[in-house]
Amino acid sequence: MEKPGLLRESAFPIVVVILVVVIFWYAAALLMNHGAALDSLKLKGIETTPLQGWLLSLALERPLLPAPHQIAVEMWNTTAQLSVTSKRSLVYHAWVTLSATLVGFGLGTALGVLLAIGIVHNRAMDKSLMPWIIASQTIPILAVAPMLIVVLNAVGISGLLPKALISTYLSFFPVVVGMVKGLRSPETIQFDLMHTYFASSSQIFWKLRWPASVPFLFASLKVAVAIALIGAIVGELPTGAVAGLGARLLSGSYYGQTIQIWSALFMAAFLAGGLVLIVGLVEKLVARTMGAKPERMAA
Amino acid sequence: MTITPESVVSARDLGLTFETNDGPVNALTGVNLDVNKGDFVSFIGPSGCGKTTFLRVIADLEKPTSGSITVNGTTPEDARKNRSYGYVFQAAALYPWRTIEKNIALPLEIMGHSAAEQKARIERTLDLVNLTGFGKKFPWQLSGGMQQRASIARALAFDADLLLMDEPFGALDEIVRDHLNEQLLKLWDRTNKTICFVTHSIPEAVYLSTKIVVMSPRPGRVTDIIESTLPKERPLDIRESPEFLEIASRVREGLRAGHSYDE
Ligand SMILES: Nc1ncnc2c1ncn2[C@@H]1O[C@H](COP(=O)(O)OP(=O)(O)OP(=O)(O)O)[C@@H](O)[C@H]1O
Ligand SMILES: [Mg+2]
Repeated sequence: MEKPGLLRESAFPIVVVILVVVIFWYAAALLMNHGAALDSLKLKGIETTPLQGWLLSLALERPLLPAPHQIAVEMWNTTAQLSVTSKRSLVYHAWVTLSATLVGFGLGTALGVLLAIGIVHNRAMDKSLMPWIIASQTIPILAVAPMLIVVLNAVGISGLLPKALISTYLSFFPVVVGMVKGLRSPETIQFDLMHTYFASSSQIFWKLRWPASVPFLFASLKVAVAIALIGAIVGELPTGAVAGLGARLLSGSYYGQTIQIWSALFMAAFLAGGLVLIVGLVEKLVARTMGAKPERMAA
Repeated sequence: MTITPESVVSARDLGLTFETNDGPVNALTGVNLDVNKGDFVSFIGPSGCGKTTFLRVIADLEKPTSGSITVNGTTPEDARKNRSYGYVFQAAALYPWRTIEKNIALPLEIMGHSAAEQKARIERTLDLVNLTGFGKKFPWQLSGGMQQRASIARALAFDADLLLMDEPFGALDEIVRDHLNEQLLKLWDRTNKTICFVTHSIPEAVYLSTKIVVMSPRPGRVTDIIESTLPKERPLDIRESPEFLEIASRVREGLRAGHSYDE
């Protein structure tokens, strides 16, 4: 009963923002590509009206900034118009990146949760591990990724796994930080209660710490899944991978195929948005079974 | 020290000092108290006099810094490990992700009761605190008073012989409070449990107790222990009897004396 109103309310600002962005985008595309359009017309020795020059700004093959409709057409052509097994299909490349993302995200989540459990239950781990975990994220991944991939290639590990490992490396961090906080989130009185029952550590974990940490887990997972996608794309850049969104970005930039670059970027953005959305939906489902107040679920 | 088998709680010169950033806080000093099996002991006294702290010492949630205490003839720690008491906290402390019946089932799960046993006990204790029909609700769907009753049900569910109750009826209206007082007395009479009960209400303390412990703050200590002369059978209108009023006025005097000690 409340939902349609809510949807309309939240859809309106989004539509307005998209409209504004599109208008500015067209303006920018016109201005940035006009020079190139005039040059190409001059090269062909064609006499044109100014209007034709402006129109060509939005239809160049390799524009400085492609117009939105050019990207839309390219995306349509490389997704709906091609078989998904085709090497030119954006769906194929997206899947290559997505599979590495999902493997890395899964590994990163598992690693993050396990580390958090260790840190929460063991003082020595807390003191010794946490600084290293934080230090790990100060290393610029763009610098490490090529080395890592080259080293792994040298020992015979190639394909999906090296990329997934970079995703793991990036995505375990928000999970550790969130889960350490979450596993420590129960109040003293809730722990006292367990104490009066003489509950074992594993009972305290499964019946108190874990359920209390679930909201923290999902907050972390939303960050982790988006960052895992970035990790997979970064993992595709350095070795000149032949497939994946990162490879599309790279080959696009070699040949000045700006439209291809932008469609790969948009595909990546859609993937990230979709993944975060899915995590959000699962979160809502879990929250409902765990009796969260509806107000909190809507937030 | 000789401990009669009857003794449930025995404190000798018990003291507890919290070390805080603003210096030490004497929560309890020189507490001598014997609680015997089947006693209903009320603790009454102004805020901050150490009532909760004393209950927490019995429950092994706090370690005394001086003196000694035994619970069921053993250390509080062993008593806790034997799961010999049920504790009702000053706040309900229900787990928000569990329904009311799942909250009541929590100690039963931990102590390894069978599913059928759990179900029977949940039903019985829900009925005891007048929450039948609310088992499937989550805590936020209940009023504060109902949540507190659910927490009482949880403490009763596993049938410990000793009940430690920290202002369990503080959040309830007068009528519900009367009803639960009656229920608690019946339960106590029927089961021969030992109950340590913290309250701020003089009539409640007198109505329920066989022994009333009057405490006063700074430092937290016991100022008077009043043995009730009321019969075990107590209809609600016993509260108008001269005997009842007599005990109540003794308690009030004890509290006043403690208060004048303040400031
Ligand atoms: N964990 C703690 N650390 C430091 N001081 C504490 C701690 N717990 C209690 N105290 C102090 O000990 C004293 C006794 O506290 P306690 O909670 O036992 O009082 P109370 O009699 O239960 O009061 P109330 O009626 O308000 O519940 C207070 O001065 C309080 O500030
Ligand atoms: Mg208290």
